[in-house]
Amino acid sequence: MIVDVLVLGMLGAILGLDVVSFPQAQISRPLVAATLGGACMGNAGVGLVCGVLLELFAHETLPFGASRYPEWGSSSPIAGAAAAAGAAVGSVPMSLLFAVPFGLLTASLGGWSMVQLRQLNARLARRRLDALARGSARTVAGLQVAGATADLARAGMVAMLAAIVALPAVRWVAVQPAPMSVYAVPLLASLGGAVAAGAAWKMFHATSGTRWFGIAGLAVGTLLVALMSR
Amino acid sequence: MSTASVPAPLASPVTPAPIFPFRTRAAIVSRLFAVQASWNYEILIGNGIGFCVEPALRLLPGGTGGDVYRAALARQSQYFNAHPYLSSFAVGALARAELEGQPAARIERFRTALCGPLGSVGDRLVWVGMLPTCSFTGLLLFGLGASPLVCVLVFLLMYNAGHVALRLWGLQMGWEKGLAVASALGHPILREGPVWLARAGTFLAGAAVPLTVMRLVDGGGLARVGITLVAAVAGASALVLFHGRVEGWRLALLAGFAALVLFLLRHA
Repeated sequence: MIVDVLVLGMLGAILGLDVVSFPQAQISRPLVAATLGGACMGNAGVGLVCGVLLELFAHETLPFGASRYPEWGSSSPIAGAAAAAGAAVGSVPMSLLFAVPFGLLTASLGGWSMVQLRQLNARLARRRLDALARGSARTVAGLQVAGATADLARAGMVAMLAAIVALPAVRWVAVQPAPMSVYAVPLLASLGGAVAAGAAWKMFHATSGTRWFGIAGLAVGTLLVALMSR
Repeated sequence: MSTASVPAPLASPVTPAPIFPFRTRAAIVSRLFAVQASWNYEILIGNGIGFCVEPALRLLPGGTGGDVYRAALARQSQYFNAHPYLSSFAVGALARAELEGQPAARIERFRTALCGPLGSVGDRLVWVGMLPTCSFTGLLLFGLGASPLVCVLVFLLMYNAGHVALRLWGLQMGWEKGLAVASALGHPILREGPVWLARAGTFLAGAAVPLTVMRLVDGGGLARVGITLVAAVAGASALVLFHGRVEGWRLALLAGFAALVLFLLRHA
């Protein structure tokens, strides 16, 4: 378990860094990060399912500048890893029913930790305003390196703490007898679908003509569902 | 989100751009990926802009450490706010303005004027356009049965093709136009791009959500998929109705943990 926690901590640190500091390539999105987390625990497929569920929720939380938003980079790999770890010993639906809300909770805590980091960066910058005003290249580069390093450490700590809690907990949850577990994934899918559809409306409804594109997409999607569900 | 108001050009018509040495350009491009590394509530990405422009400032008379260099770096490390990808427009334009020896007051006014448009255009193009469109594409592939590798790779390649191109193009435009870079913000990609991305995103969202739900409840048959979809539509309608007052993901967090406890207790 220690090795798992360390590996997931490093993965969470790198993916958490991607959210804001470097390089913002969206490897931190749940779709990618949870799949990587699942792959670390030997089951990328379950990690992907967890990532898809979290990705549905992530549409509601776009990373606009100074706003506070959930931090998916350090939380998603842990959720994906937890889902895979649970699936390895017991029920996949119960593992997901633990991993997805746990991923949302960790993302929320990660968002809080980012606010703390920004305040720390502000304190560092305030102390060096004189050096910045003198045009010190060393100070400019130093602030960038300090900010990125602190972000890496922040994300790594969030990921490690989350992994320490999630891995034993999901292994316990997954083996508990739960006759209602058959409803777990439909519940998560309906919640995720609702949030993603609501978010799509919020994002796009103000743009002219999008209504018809949405209706056309829905028609295509529904038709394919009807054909493929037979 | 407000529509971007493009500042009036502060410079006379564009003069031919001076030579942009490859090493300087490469150094700036690599630094652009870390423009937000010291993001903070005091000067936002101001220090990051200084960090990105710095390789160009080494070309100033007197070189690194000279008075001109230090004055320019101090100017460029002040408060600045923009979308991280579109900050490359500012970096290119500011680097050129400094190397051309534009008056300090003019550069500072220009810097201030750029903040708003680069933020709002970037938010509409990237966060509300490119990102959800690529994400719904990934979900659509998942719904159609693609493997984890395909879903992840298509999403990353699609998104980063746009992301990297935008940073490189922004730097080039900024350098070419200099203080007249505002005219580049009227480019069809920045003006019409968000509209077409929103349309594509809406289409993909409409197609992806039902297919994703179907694959998630895999093996449940049409009735089970239908019930799950109806629940999702009802939930989405409620979220739209209470828009701005509730956040769906927070409700889902509570509902998920409540269901977990209920499912465990039902047996106990």
